[in-house]
Amino acid sequence: MSISKKELEEFRAGVSAWLIDNTPSDPGFLLPQSFMEVGTDQQLDFLREWQHKIWSAGYLGLAWPKEYGGGGVDPVFQTIVDSEMRRLGVPICFNIIGLGWAGPLIKDIGTEVEKKKYLKGILTAEDIWCQGFSEPDYGSDLGNVQTRAIRDGDEYIINGTKIWTTMGNYAKYMILLARTNQTTERKYDGLSFFLAPMQVSGIETRPIRKITGEYGFTETFFTDARIPSGSIMGQEGQGWKIAMQTLQYERGAEAGHAGGLAFVRVKMDDLLSQLQSTYRNGKPLLNDPLARDQLISLIMEEKAISLGEKRAHIGPLTNDYPLSLPLSHKLRSTEYARRMRKLAINLQGAAGGLYVGDDSALEGGFWQKAYFQSFSATIGGGTSQVQTNIVAEHVLGLPK
Amino acid sequence: MNYTSRNSLTFTEEQAMLLETSREFCRQKSTIANVRGQLDTILGYDRDVWHEMVELGWLGIAIPERFSGSGLGVGGLVPLIENMGRAMLGTPLVSTVLAAQLLVRSGTNAYSESVLQRIIEGSPATIAFLENSDWGDKNVRCEIQGDLIIQGTKDFVSDAIAAQMFILPVMKNDKLVLALVDRQQLSENAIVPHVLIDQTKRSARIDFSGVEVISSQIIESDKVIKALGDVRIVGALLTAAEQAGSSAACLNTIVDYLTTRKQFDNFIGSYQALKHPTVDMLTMLDSSRSFIYHAATIISDMSIDRDMKIACHMAKAQATDAFTYTADRAVQFHGAMGFTYDCDAQLYLRRAQWSQQQFGDAAFHRSLLASIIFDD
Repeated sequence: MSISKKELEEFRAGVSAWLIDNTPSDPGFLLPQSFMEVGTDQQLDFLREWQHKIWSAGYLGLAWPKEYGGGGVDPVFQTIVDSEMRRLGVPICFNIIGLGWAGPLIKDIGTEVEKKKYLKGILTAEDIWCQGFSEPDYGSDLGNVQTRAIRDGDEYIINGTKIWTTMGNYAKYMILLARTNQTTERKYDGLSFFLAPMQVSGIETRPIRKITGEYGFTETFFTDARIPSGSIMGQEGQGWKIAMQTLQYERGAEAGHAGGLAFVRVKMDDLLSQLQSTYRNGKPLLNDPLARDQLISLIMEEKAISLGEKRAHIGPLTNDYPLSLPLSHKLRSTEYARRMRKLAINLQGAAGGLYVGDDSALEGGFWQKAYFQSFSATIGGGTSQVQTNIVAEHVLGLPK
Repeated sequence: MNYTSRNSLTFTEEQAMLLETSREFCRQKSTIANVRGQLDTILGYDRDVWHEMVELGWLGIAIPERFSGSGLGVGGLVPLIENMGRAMLGTPLVSTVLAAQLLVRSGTNAYSESVLQRIIEGSPATIAFLENSDWGDKNVRCEIQGDLIIQGTKDFVSDAIAAQMFILPVMKNDKLVLALVDRQQLSENAIVPHVLIDQTKRSARIDFSGVEVISSQIIESDKVIKALGDVRIVGALLTAAEQAGSSAACLNTIVDYLTTRKQFDNFIGSYQALKHPTVDMLTMLDSSRSFIYHAATIISDMSIDRDMKIACHMAKAQATDAFTYTADRAVQFHGAMGFTYDCDAQLYLRRAQWSQQQFGDAAFHRSLLASIIFDD
């Protein structure tokens, strides 16, 4: 069934009108720039209500099947919604572990029971999801996770510690990677994947204070926590494979996201407009040759990344290193984001030394906080250094 | 202030065909042995290979159909020139197609149309852009008097030894015009070849003083100033394409070495001190290619507009930084072998140093971008 251009245009106009009418006004407190920054109940309540409102209007999970709360239509409609949300700069959809990772995974490989039980709650924001992959001693080396899951009748007993659990203190479910077998030859083969309930005894969360000074994720302790044996996904020993598939969704290489904005996208425009009122050596900063050169370099970087997304689809222009653009995308875009925010502070003069909470801080200290927060992306989901190894080995064929 | 610009990147079937055939052609005709064989020759290129390129119609790719070209525009040249860079092919092609661009964009007369015809048939031509080493200097001191005698010297004229036709901006009654000078008109010692850092390239200083032209050899249209500026932009793009090709070849040379050379019992490519900078090279190359093919997408025979300028400036700035970095590291990563003349790294290092200066270096192009984006 082909969709007419007219239909898409009308849909876009409808989305745009709805967003303009329904986007909540400034709540009077700083809203998170990403789903990793939900640190207060106030922020959570606000974002939960917002996501529910978007879903109720029929603008979330448009490509997911109807019977699980989705819209059952072509993904292009969700793409339109997301691009309008980005364009209009509306608040984020916070339940991203569910919408972007756990949800697509359950939708793609889950059982009928799992789909019925979990998918709708992800969309409505009733069920918040978190991820339990990293451990204090195993971050980049995920294959080595040590949290134990031991079968006992119709339950698994979980023991161990997970860390960097985004919204761990609010979540109802966790996608959990744990070791069910310690004697396998390959460490990967002892891992299993769980859709684990969080509100059981024996699970405790300790909020972690981040470099920004705020909260947003937790360290999660499992002490003889019992979860139903049915919460395992697939079979014992399939955990690594399922976790890798989840990371594909996380890195955006796999389609299936329910949609919604995970981040407030910061563009060079935002930086440039702020700098128009900044001075250096008594002259407008934008007349300073060094600042101009630095800004142009970043503008180029932003453009090169977006042009790369287009070139990636042109076979003859990618056949030297076909995996180069997709495999380096996370590395490039997160490193660019970090450098851009860093420069934004550097160019502020004395005001660059202020932080969120100071009346004189430019944009309420937005850039300072954004710079600190940007490390979450250059470290999370595989550090830039590990990503660089991946590109070296899988794209250039350099030895391990 | 507006920092946004068009963002399209598409690739036509004609471009894909040119990319494929030119890659194979250059691979066969310009092996490293062939390249090295031309380093010490006066001309710097193989005339037989040149004639084959002429036969393939490559000189006419960007010339409009009304002048018997293929009408594929500058966008058709980019894949071709990228592959020439990849194979380090010595050839006056870039100079010649730029000369054709300048003639077409300035408005033609019967004489310049005959020059276009000669170009399509394989007569090399070049533009004498510079009188000093500053690509940002738009002042022209070369003059042509009422008696149509030229006074002045041009410098850094690419492929001057090969060229049969020279196009030079000159002042005539305080107005910028183009003089089309035939090689036969130059005095015996007028061309003084430079010793270039890149031995695969050729350029010279040329004293045009005393050359007498006839009025049909002068292009006086009001399009001349804009056309000259536009052709500098096109030149920057074509140089960027050539640089991207050379960067890719240089990167392959590095990867080959890192995956075959062992030290301390390991392939040296397993060391992150070499691995990570090599990924940086790949990233910079990826950006270069995205910019040059974006520019190839939006550039046309029309007058160069703001977005085309942005695209070409970005292409040259990026490709220059990518290539100078890659070639510099190529020497270092080859260790003591890299320090020798026999190691191919030197070919790339020398080409990188030469090409960064063609049509302006990276910082120059970023400063032009800053003017377009911050001041307009």
